[in-house]
Amino acid sequence: MPDSNTIITIRNVVKRFGSSVTAVNDVSLDIRRGEFFALLGPSGCGKTTLLRMLAGFESPSEGEILIDGEDMDGVEPNKRSVNMVFQSYAVFPHMTVHQNVAYGLKVAGTPKGEINQRVGEALALVQLESMADRKPDQLSGGQRQRVALARALVKKPKVLLLDEPLSALDAKLREQMQLELVRLQKSVGITFVIVTHDQNEALSMADRIAVMEHGNVLQLAPPAELYEYPNCRFVADFIGKMNLFDGQVVGARDGRVVVRVNALSDRVGDLELPYDGEARGGVGVAIRPEKLRLSSSEPVDEPVRLRTRIMEVVYYGDENHVFLEAGEAKFTANLQNVSRGAHAGVVRGEDVWISWRQEDTLLLTS
Amino acid sequence: MAKDRANPLDYSRKTWMRLCMGFTFVFLYFPIVSLIAFSFNDSKRNITWQGFTLRYYEQAFNNSQLHEAFLNSLIIAGISTTVSTILGAMLGLALYRFRFPAQGPYEGLVHLPIVIPEICMAVAMVAFFATVNMPLGLTTITVSHIAFSIPFVAVVIRARMAGFDRSLEEASRDLGASQWQTFWNVTYPYMKPGLVAGALLAFTLSLDDFVITFFTSGPGSTTFPIKIYSMVRFSVTPEVNAASTVLIVITLALTVAALIIQSRSQGPTHA
Ligand SMILES: Nc1ncnc2c1ncn2[C@@H]1O[C@H](COP(=O)(O)OP(=O)(O)O)[C@@H](O)[C@H]1O
Ligand SMILES: [Mg+2]
Repeated sequence: MPDSNTIITIRNVVKRFGSSVTAVNDVSLDIRRGEFFALLGPSGCGKTTLLRMLAGFESPSEGEILIDGEDMDGVEPNKRSVNMVFQSYAVFPHMTVHQNVAYGLKVAGTPKGEINQRVGEALALVQLESMADRKPDQLSGGQRQRVALARALVKKPKVLLLDEPLSALDAKLREQMQLELVRLQKSVGITFVIVTHDQNEALSMADRIAVMEHGNVLQLAPPAELYEYPNCRFVADFIGKMNLFDGQVVGARDGRVVVRVNALSDRVGDLELPYDGEARGGVGVAIRPEKLRLSSSEPVDEPVRLRTRIMEVVYYGDENHVFLEAGEAKFTANLQNVSRGAHAGVVRGEDVWISWRQEDTLLLTS
Repeated sequence: MAKDRANPLDYSRKTWMRLCMGFTFVFLYFPIVSLIAFSFNDSKRNITWQGFTLRYYEQAFNNSQLHEAFLNSLIIAGISTTVSTILGAMLGLALYRFRFPAQGPYEGLVHLPIVIPEICMAVAMVAFFATVNMPLGLTTITVSHIAFSIPFVAVVIRARMAGFDRSLEEASRDLGASQWQTFWNVTYPYMKPGLVAGALLAFTLSLDDFVITFFTSGPGSTTFPIKIYSMVRFSVTPEVNAASTVLIVITLALTVAALIIQSRSQGPTHA
């Protein structure tokens, strides 16, 4: 039995469409009461399908879903204590903002006085009080989304489901809404489950993230753990950027694993990496681009160092992305522009030393 | 100088284009305008203008057979519009909503009555009524009208629903509404312009139908178009013109009303 801290339990859920498409493949996870939970994965990995099963628009082919301890099998969407913000917002075009937000209360037979009061509060929550009498076609995309939010929150659901809520907004507004959604979630205390394909969105908003691929959950962890300790190549590559190399385990020494990276071994020798599991055979070795250091002379204090040639430098204002090559091995290094002209010497065609700390190297066994 | 030249896409400024448009316009409207004009002509024949009169309108109004035919037409059109709009809307909605085996062929069959020649429909109807032993009369006309109007309404509704965002219905369900509430609060308001358009189409189709009505009518069940046809067989009198003009005015008025209803349903509503 799930403990009282769990609001949603997903157990061995499978969803098939027809005989050939398995959108969700044996997913089990618990979502905690009051947390901001993200389902993250590339397009087509089954995030929306999983969310729609929570809302009741699809029923699992196998497995079960409990919401607040209650089995949702056969429970219609209108009988579930969850509400959804749709990707298209799905704001009713023929109703005013007020009527949209009042809709869920009206169909439930809430007294008129209470409706008006709660709608007022909900509109205040999303700062739309002044727009109450407008029609959706007189609102911007961001405002329509707030209507969708208010409309769902006014129902006081146990869980709010959001399907790619920010994907239709432009970059500036998206960043602003990320902050606002977090603020909103903390202030109403409702569990949010958000679906997104944008890793920045998930990392910046969620308390915990489930990374999905081909209908499977690969890793479920808080953002920092996901970023620093991805458990497989897919997660390592999908979250942020990663320099990934193929290697073999050649031995173990004092709780460390000795790995030979084919593309690097003649330059840096074998790597001794901290790893507290069993590792043998082919593995992945990974290092984040921002953890690489560049220097013109050979660094003395770093254990992993090699000489590389700069193939390309891409300027982003806040960062430079430097593409490097050393024989077979290709690296990307991200350099923060901490002061003007900080990397004046980093130009295409130059040879530089790169180095990183042994502990920052990741060993990926799958 | 050069600035005043027509743009490559400025077709309306090209002489041949204007000629073409003007010709089409005359071709379309000259017969109708002359029909209306001669309904006011103070002469027994539609050949030369003799002077203005309302005499033939009076005559048409006092023609009790014409009166009766007109009433029949209205009753038939009224019933057939109501029934075919409801059934056609349900059909259109079902075609839009559900995916089922052999949907393609089924849709094709539904649309078939629109394309098969009316005369064949008429013969089929008569044969059908004969096999079920139904005496020809107002009922058979009405049933036939319903039958041939349904596909038209279904097509209109189907086309309207193609632009419908289905997540609106899901949002409604999600917010606690039953399927029934969802239909009336969300789907129906969206369908409404399509319903009005479909109903109008059904009404005008029924009002001016000749071929099928001619075949399926019995003694004493004359409709307006059939009555006019029988009057024209003797001679085209201004009385016929007057009756036709009345029909044109009614159809126009209905169209305008439908347009107004449609534009209102898109404006602010307070539910
Ligand atoms: N109603 C459906 N019928 C058939 N296949 C579907 C349906 N919904 C989703 N799928 C398929 O399931 C997979 C997962 O879809 P979805 O959950 O929408 O992915 P995501 O939201 O992660 O992009 C996709 O391959 C998609 O084509
Ligand atoms: Mg999706």
